[in-house]
Amino acid sequence: MTEPVLSVRELRVWYGTEHGPARAVDGVTFDLRPGEVLGLVGESGCGKSTLGRGVLGLLPRGAHLDGEVIYQDRNLVEASAREIQRLRGPELGLIFQEPLTRLNPLLRISEHFEETLKAHEPDLPKGEAKHRSIEVLRAMGIPPTRYRAYPHEFSGGMRQRIMIALALVLRPAFVVADEPTTALDVLVEAQIIGILADLRRNFDTSLLFITHNLGIVAEACDRVAVMYAGRIVEQGPVNDVFARPQHPYTQELLRSTISLSTTGLHYIPGAPPDLINPPSGCRFHPRCPKAMQVCPQRFPERVPVGPQTVECWLHGPDELMPDGGREILVREEITVADEA
Amino acid sequence: MEMRDLEVHFDLRSSALARLLGSAGETVKAVDGVNVLLRRGEVLGLVGESGSGKTTLGRALLGLVRPTSGQIRYGADDLASLPQRRLRVLRRRLQMVFQDPHAALNPTMDLRTAIGHPLRIHGLVSSRAEARDRVIDALERVGLTPAHQFLDKLPAELSGGQKQRAVIARAIICGPELLVADEPISMLDMSVRAKILELMLDLKRELDLTYVYITHDLATAKFFCDRVAIMYLGRVVELGPTEEIFADPKHPYTRALLGAVPDPDPERRVPRDLPRGEIPDAAAPPHGCSFHPRCPLAFEPCGWEARDLRAMFERRWTRLGEDVFANEQPLVAALDDVKVGDGTARIRVPSNRQVSELAGLMEEAQAETPDDPLWRGVVGVETDDDTVVVRFHEGSDPGLLRSGGVDVACHLHDPRLRPEGAERRG
Amino acid sequence: MATAAVPPPSDMGDVGGGRGRTRLRRFLSGIARPYRNSHGVGRFMLISGTVLVCLMLVMAVFSPLIAPYGFSQVADATGERFGNHLEPGGDHWFGTSTQGFDVFSRVVWGARTAVTVVLLALAFSLFIGVLLGLLAGFIGRWVDRVLVMIMDSLYALPALLLAIVVAFLLAEHVGGGTATAALAITAVYIPQYFRVVRAATISAKEQTYVEAARAMGARPITIMLRYLLSNVVQSVPVIATLNAADAILTLAGLGFLGYGIQPTEASEWGYDLQRAVADAGTGIWWTGLFPGLAIVLLVMGLTLMGEGLNETMNPAIRVRRLVSITMPSIDRATARRDDAAGGTAGTTGSVDDLRKGDVR
Repeated sequence: MTEPVLSVRELRVWYGTEHGPARAVDGVTFDLRPGEVLGLVGESGCGKSTLGRGVLGLLPRGAHLDGEVIYQDRNLVEASAREIQRLRGPELGLIFQEPLTRLNPLLRISEHFEETLKAHEPDLPKGEAKHRSIEVLRAMGIPPTRYRAYPHEFSGGMRQRIMIALALVLRPAFVVADEPTTALDVLVEAQIIGILADLRRNFDTSLLFITHNLGIVAEACDRVAVMYAGRIVEQGPVNDVFARPQHPYTQELLRSTISLSTTGLHYIPGAPPDLINPPSGCRFHPRCPKAMQVCPQRFPERVPVGPQTVECWLHGPDELMPDGGREILVREEITVADEA
Repeated sequence: MEMRDLEVHFDLRSSALARLLGSAGETVKAVDGVNVLLRRGEVLGLVGESGSGKTTLGRALLGLVRPTSGQIRYGADDLASLPQRRLRVLRRRLQMVFQDPHAALNPTMDLRTAIGHPLRIHGLVSSRAEARDRVIDALERVGLTPAHQFLDKLPAELSGGQKQRAVIARAIICGPELLVADEPISMLDMSVRAKILELMLDLKRELDLTYVYITHDLATAKFFCDRVAIMYLGRVVELGPTEEIFADPKHPYTRALLGAVPDPDPERRVPRDLPRGEIPDAAAPPHGCSFHPRCPLAFEPCGWEARDLRAMFERRWTRLGEDVFANEQPLVAALDDVKVGDGTARIRVPSNRQVSELAGLMEEAQAETPDDPLWRGVVGVETDDDTVVVRFHEGSDPGLLRSGGVDVACHLHDPRLRPEGAERRG
Repeated sequence: MATAAVPPPSDMGDVGGGRGRTRLRRFLSGIARPYRNSHGVGRFMLISGTVLVCLMLVMAVFSPLIAPYGFSQVADATGERFGNHLEPGGDHWFGTSTQGFDVFSRVVWGARTAVTVVLLALAFSLFIGVLLGLLAGFIGRWVDRVLVMIMDSLYALPALLLAIVVAFLLAEHVGGGTATAALAITAVYIPQYFRVVRAATISAKEQTYVEAARAMGARPITIMLRYLLSNVVQSVPVIATLNAADAILTLAGLGFLGYGIQPTEASEWGYDLQRAVADAGTGIWWTGLFPGLAIVLLVMGLTLMGEGLNETMNPAIRVRRLVSITMPSIDRATARRDDAAGGTAGTTGSVDDLRKGDVR
């Protein structure tokens, strides 16, 4: 039982809009242990990207942050912008979705690395900086011959490897990877996932891996957190969650994913809820096949189920269940008009 | 309008399509000699990575891209040489569903106008009421009900799945025979994908459609298609019934693709052997079989050349690190400007003394990675005064050959070339 | 223009009426949108500009009712001459001019002239500029190259000079009326619309929906009118408003230099200003001040409106309003427990932590 690198407690990120606050992240609690890869999955608009950026303090103006993000005994939510800026890079890294837009086309790869190292570790001798950069690139599968090339001379997958190397060259303790493989092809994606999954072995870096692809989570992550409408509805070890999903949303999501073993189509009716006026109680209840009377009335508790933690009334706690709460909820039929 | 049927078999034969993307005189063969027969009522999957030419091929099928050469027979017509005017008339029968539903609808046109527009273009309706009825019918078919709610909506008022339904409605309103669907679900959320696929299957049954399904996602292709064509760098490398290809992939590229599909079921996870590197530059495709530089099973006739030697050195340095790189790089510096497609690689070294050093290095590299397929392609290493000459086996282009129930373009499955006793590794 | 291409309605029953209403509603809400969405300085500019412009429009439309005299009237109904250089007051609110015109009436009639000329010029240059821009952008190749060359050379000429040349050439054939002035100004503004629309067309041409239209079998002309036009004209209102302000100045400039509308044809502020130049030295301020003020107000109104529109409609400079929200501190955590068996409210965090600990 090691101390978590990062622990997030009841984190909320709300955006002000004309129609009221949009609750992009609304009370999220999780831990990230050293060298662990935590997958954060959910459909688009569930707040997973906002959560990733909120943890790093990279939110646009107008976003309100509340809760705790504890990193090295400090609450990043309350830290000043300068403090976070100093941590970003050497301590906290971020890998983006589109690698091309994040590399300066006028700078060689070598310059990118040397600039980054100089900015955060000014005492590092030049030779050492080069050595370290080439070593990291090598670990990502970039041959040393390409060290002095320009970004445009690389393919998309290569650029993403460079971005990962650039994040890792500072040896951060914690990296957020926001859909790092979405723009890439199947084979390249598999290669990058392999690299990311090997991170803990080579770099001792913890990774928050944001993706919408459940297959990738299964391949690359140790634990998984399933997000729905700003909440983490289920989290636990990947094998357990995927083998025995406890939350109906996780179950439905897994069933509707088309994989090589798919023989029949399944889908979740309806659309993800409006984050400005989310449904009362459990946010999944309007689409949930197992919704009960209690679901729209009360917010579900976080309940441990085996190795998992689930936010669902199906798993109790019984002492909070009102009378008749377990009865089936009768709802209107969901039509295509409400579809995503 | 009645279903007009020229033949019982719907033939769409395309061959040797190539597209010129002329910049600085470079030719990119986006689609390079493809022969595919499309049968009426089937779902043909075009599967490949980006840059494999699958999208270009799909667009050529509709005449949206003019083939440089070759034929696309459709009924009695050749789409490849038909004048625009005649082609426009045929568009009624050949429709397309696009990848990005957010971009495929005119943002300033309401659904009634947008979906009904093909009817007007082809003069299929005489009155506005008729057009409206047809639009409502199409909307209902794609599940956008109650239809009158959607008639006056603008695309911006719809969700991604609804937009894709509207795009499909627009595609089917003229009663097409063939629908080319270019990654119709890849931009949609997981929970909607299945719905759109199911809709497409329903429509196929109801309207007797033929689909060309373009995708990079093998999982949906396996579920959705009757036959698949696996494409790599503008060519079809494997073509056959879906079941056979997925049960027993013959081409190493198909195997690699299948191995790379992430599976959410932890029990089905397998350790994988991914091909190295990435899709090469289509402007300068590899000699011989385009997949050979990445292929773990490549052997003598696959088209070895000097570039592969350079790639071998790069792999070596990536593995062994900076110091080895610093030592060896000067020796093979001349490899950077070597001629492409020649059967040999001549490496000129700065001084005669280093010739033996380089030859030794080659031996060392071979001894270290004897399994690298490259060594199967090397006939011999000779030394000259100041040059090391590496001779390669003669390579050839693999063509599509029948192998079992599928067609595959790989020398491993060519009985004339297959090495004696070479077992088919799974 | 885009929606006008629908075939003539043969059965405008209930349905068609309903549809027409939807369209009207959409159109109106489209006009109202910038006013609703704007805020801060942008809103102030937009609204004050609109008020000024509306004031001038009212003056232009109702000038026969507002102006006490005709624009070339030098005597009242009884035939008695007004007299020159009368001070403001009495029958002549703004006084009279060197030629004995009533300044107030000249200013009011001038508004009518200005608005007519600018509207005509805008209509002409919009039509020609948008059409040519669309053609150049869509067809490309040599059409594009030739048109761009012509437009660039037009653009290179100073606006006023170009207007003078055109006015001079036209004066011989058309005469020195409003139409001549409008056409002269048209020539100045065509290249601007051309450029904007051409650029927008080139980028819109690559959109998937254009390819979709081709896949439908639409002719190039249909694609241009139904799919491109409505998407490329969106930046036009802003430029049109700003150009209108500029056009007022060009018109006044033409008038001032004597190449504009002849005084017998209509009242024109620039011409009046020119006549008032000599008065300024002799202490007669009213002949120059009022036409000048009218020009300034109308130009300012249009500029404010244009800039206000730009600020709310142009995504590049639009600042998203930050809506401040108050985040209830822990009320949800307590709220969901309010009706539960009390007493657990304060311990949520620690309970969660304990559970987490167990999991590990």
